[in-house]
Amino acid sequence: MRAIIRLTWVVPALVLVGVFVYLPLVQNFGFSTLEWDIYSGSREYVGLDNYRKLLGDPVFWSSFGNNLLYAAISVAVQVFGALVLAALIESVRSERWRRGLRVVYFIPSAISLTVAGLLFYFLYEPNLGVLNHALEAAGLGHLAQAWLGQEDTAMLAVIAMSQWQGFGYSTLLFAVAIQRIPSEIYGAAAIDGTGPVRRFFSVTLPLVREMTGLMTMVTISGAFQVFNEVMVMTGGGPDNSTQVLGTWLYRSGFVRNDFGYAAAIATVLFVITLAVALAQLWVTSRRRVEW
Amino acid sequence: MVSRLSFAGALARVFMWAFLLALVVVVVYPLLWMVLNGFKTNAELFGDPFALPVDWSFANYAKAWNRGVSGYLTTSVLVTVTSTVATVFVSAWAAYGLTRVDIPLNKVFTGLILGGLMLAPTVALVPLVKMFQSMGLYNSFWALLILYTAFRIPFTTFLIRAYMIDLPREVDEAAEMDGAGRWTAFWRIILPMCKPIITSVVLLQILFTWNEYLFAMVFTSGSGVQTLPVGLTSLMSKHGTEFPVVFAGMVIAAVPVVLLFLFGQRYIVKGLADGIGK
Repeated sequence: MRAIIRLTWVVPALVLVGVFVYLPLVQNFGFSTLEWDIYSGSREYVGLDNYRKLLGDPVFWSSFGNNLLYAAISVAVQVFGALVLAALIESVRSERWRRGLRVVYFIPSAISLTVAGLLFYFLYEPNLGVLNHALEAAGLGHLAQAWLGQEDTAMLAVIAMSQWQGFGYSTLLFAVAIQRIPSEIYGAAAIDGTGPVRRFFSVTLPLVREMTGLMTMVTISGAFQVFNEVMVMTGGGPDNSTQVLGTWLYRSGFVRNDFGYAAAIATVLFVITLAVALAQLWVTSRRRVEW
Repeated sequence: MVSRLSFAGALARVFMWAFLLALVVVVVYPLLWMVLNGFKTNAELFGDPFALPVDWSFANYAKAWNRGVSGYLTTSVLVTVTSTVATVFVSAWAAYGLTRVDIPLNKVFTGLILGGLMLAPTVALVPLVKMFQSMGLYNSFWALLILYTAFRIPFTTFLIRAYMIDLPREVDEAAEMDGAGRWTAFWRIILPMCKPIITSVVLLQILFTWNEYLFAMVFTSGSGVQTLPVGLTSLMSKHGTEFPVVFAGMVIAAVPVVLLFLFGQRYIVKGLADGIGK
């Protein structure tokens, strides 16, 4: 009896997470086996038909490809680029400058993706955007174009915005990881006469390996959950060229009313994000064994 | 030899500073451009995008405010405040129960609550819409409050729990000696001791709620319940030709969180760092 009373501490959290996080996840599997029109209310069990449809849907595959591209570029910029940047910042002697740089780089991560997305929508805009005007001023007018209006540049333009918005976040976390490296280790390397580049590869890189692993997982997982920036900047267009799994799920379910199909896309997202999360868990648990 | 090395070193430092400062420009210029455009007229905006505003009037801000931003802002503040209070209390209770109360199946409950961290909100979208429609909460303030709370409990509990584990056992024993019940011990002793981590999770929850888009966009459509991120896109589509008004709206949405970050960065950084790798 007393044990049950003690349970009241965790019951609110368990109920909220259970009903609104876990239950929908389970329901989603069921939904993905239905042919379901939300407006007419008709439902019919169709087995794995939605998954078969998925395999034959070119937009599903191009969305998946866009998520992969998103992940690859984000890992390059927001993991490896950010790590190098953090090392550069931490090599600055003045503490005030180090702090200032970290703060300034982080500001885009504090504002919402909606604001950042709208801002870049305007920057890319051919008439009033500064990007094309700057290119012309630099004598590169032939490069000026409707960045978000063409199939071959739109996705990269969205991804570029996302790098601008997110690099300061990972740089900040890497800077924290570098600060946690005991200064004696750097001192020893300095006595050995190791140069800054060698020091980065032989001291910094190995010692922030765990953070690098975690950031890689977080970044990949984030790249597969992309939604906001695409919706705000292109809505998936032109001609579905910037569609990602999240926006294709939304469009399938809430615009084309194909809830079963949207649920099938959600299952794919579930498998990918869970796999990445388990890899992340593995990275963390391995550290505990090592230490 | 030595002088050549130091020359190379100096050159490397010059390049490094050039790179770091160029990056500052890349970050700051678009933001500055956004703020300046909020003061321009449409003709100025299309005339020369690099120019400074001719007269610094707040007319666009007033227009943005009257065309819905006041309502979006009110909703954002309400959802942010309520969901932050709800998330932090529910998570702190859970963290207290999991770390300092002898409850059955502790490991299972810990795993269940923290396991929610691994699940992407997008995956639950379709069933959640169905669920909220049948509860009659679709397109309501409650939908956002519930979702922002439920989906942030795992992360928040994770951080508070990690902090509470490190608090010494003697604290609880001292409380017991004083004859304080668990409820009193939680409110009077443990919770105040967790102030640093509570500050971190409060700030992170505010940043999250203020900026969240997926749930806000799917679960609300009426202007009475839209938050700023969704409201801005409505402002854009409704008054699409009057861009300076949209810029003013964007600035109104961005300023509070930038200030929050600048003043609370110590706690935000600590929370983010612990959240990713503790």
